[in-house]
Amino acid sequence: MTEKPTMTTIKKIVQETPSIKTYYLDFAIDAKPGQFAMAWLPGLDEKPFTLTAAGKECAITVQCKGKFTEAMFRLKEGNKIGIRGSYGNGFSFDKIKKACIVAGGCGAAPILLLAEEMKAKGIETPIILGAKTSNECLFKERLEKTTKELYITTDDGSLGEKGYATNALEKLIAKEKFDGVFGCGPEPMMKAVFEICKKAGVECQLNLERYMRCGFGVCGACALGKWLVCKDGPVFSEKQLKETKEFGKRAMLKSGKSVSTKEFAEWRQE
Amino acid sequence: MDLKTNFIGLKMQNPTVLASGILGTNSALMKRVFEEGGAGAVTMKSIGPEERNGHENPSVIELEHGLLNAVGLPSPGFQNMEEEWKELEKINFPLIASIYGANIEQFAAVAKNVALHKPDAIEANISCPNTKEHGQIFGTSEEASQAIISAVKKEIGKIPLIAKLTPQASNIAAIAAGCEKAGADAICAINTVAGMCIDIDARKPILHNKFGGLSGPAIKPVGIKCVYQIFESVKIPILGMGGISNGKDAIEYIQAGATAVGIGSGVFYHGIEVFKKACEEMEHWMKENNVKSLKEIRGIAHG
Repeated sequence: MTEKPTMTTIKKIVQETPSIKTYYLDFAIDAKPGQFAMAWLPGLDEKPFTLTAAGKECAITVQCKGKFTEAMFRLKEGNKIGIRGSYGNGFSFDKIKKACIVAGGCGAAPILLLAEEMKAKGIETPIILGAKTSNECLFKERLEKTTKELYITTDDGSLGEKGYATNALEKLIAKEKFDGVFGCGPEPMMKAVFEICKKAGVECQLNLERYMRCGFGVCGACALGKWLVCKDGPVFSEKQLKETKEFGKRAMLKSGKSVSTKEFAEWRQE
Repeated sequence: MDLKTNFIGLKMQNPTVLASGILGTNSALMKRVFEEGGAGAVTMKSIGPEERNGHENPSVIELEHGLLNAVGLPSPGFQNMEEEWKELEKINFPLIASIYGANIEQFAAVAKNVALHKPDAIEANISCPNTKEHGQIFGTSEEASQAIISAVKKEIGKIPLIAKLTPQASNIAAIAAGCEKAGADAICAINTVAGMCIDIDARKPILHNKFGGLSGPAIKPVGIKCVYQIFESVKIPILGMGGISNGKDAIEYIQAGATAVGIGSGVFYHGIEVFKKACEEMEHWMKENNVKSLKEIRGIAHG
């Protein structure tokens, strides 16, 4: 099969939170946790989404925040979208015995498959799930089924502990010994997780995001320093991240102009 | 066996060059293409007269025998590249800066600024098929090509100038000869071939721009023919490209008359190491055929 979109029927849509929906697609795809697919709305745009189900069917989980995702939210079961993938490297946990997972906001999406697969392999995994507020805690019920220890933090204290997921990670890492930390969330949070792990001497794998075009390692639009987020990533080890000056600092806009990650995040919200 | 290549003054460890528009978006990545990938020289993503977003996605897809793209010349604009140039000053590999504009004045303005940063060569992209206002309109006209090339040449002093041509021209050999007359130091051929793909289920073109440029194995015969014809019409060296993804493809271009060979879509098929692999395959072919230097076979398919 060639790497061009295949029009695919939406079999089921699940409203996960007020701002997040999961689309189950009639499209067989092989994927590891953390790998992603490109979703195409003909005539509008094409964007990358992490896979939240893989196998005979697949699913993508979408947060409504811009023109493309608003159009996604108007779609109904039975409608079609274009899909291609899977792409990227995904998380690797072959050698991990005891890990900790930390997710913020829609960063819980790539974490879901990871937690489910680790549970299936018998790897013990406390999970820290951070959200702005209680009803935006993505995949809370499904994550609960994968672990004995689910720590929830919310910015407003409406559920779990008030504060950031990174505060909870700091406490947990001081108390328990992990041989890996897996994370996904906004880049300032990922940078904080990176620093916490560095201090504690624990290896980490972080799922990052950049503006993307080809998805298969050719165009260079998603470059994070020497790395391509679409091909070398989207999951990076701390060793790889040490080799870039851009992590947590700089990102490229669609034009290729390098800006602060803050400006990049603001642009992505549009 | 020696793959060392001197191409318009660029001292290259081998004849492979990263084609513009592939991976050339920052200095660290270009350094990786040189160090890990094994490219002899690296071409930057085309630099334009102002910040430009390019086209919406899908902008790059794979078809049966190649890639189809309409990325649409995104560029920070030369004004926003000072930080990148600071990084590029530290590099130790041959660097080609690609430039574009919508008219002579814009080409001249970009060329003037880029020349200040002293890349090893400047490639004028007069052949991008993907935007209405840039590129191909120049590359299909002998007169317009010459006008752009002489205007750019005037701005860049001693920096070698490469004219990148389109196979859409009805007589690419005449365009190449015109560029040589106008002061080009080398010809790069070919840019992508205009194409389109419609998704029959969506009943719509897949590329957001509708039309795009085809690259990869499908266009190799087109590129070979163009390089062969250009070789007979100019004295300046040729950077041949279009569908090169292994050593034998590169040898074929050299036999058609190329001095250096560009690889772009080959990165899709074989990863960043495609340059290294192609060089090993070239060496293997040379050994088997008792060829000691590429000079022995350059243009050998002629006459």
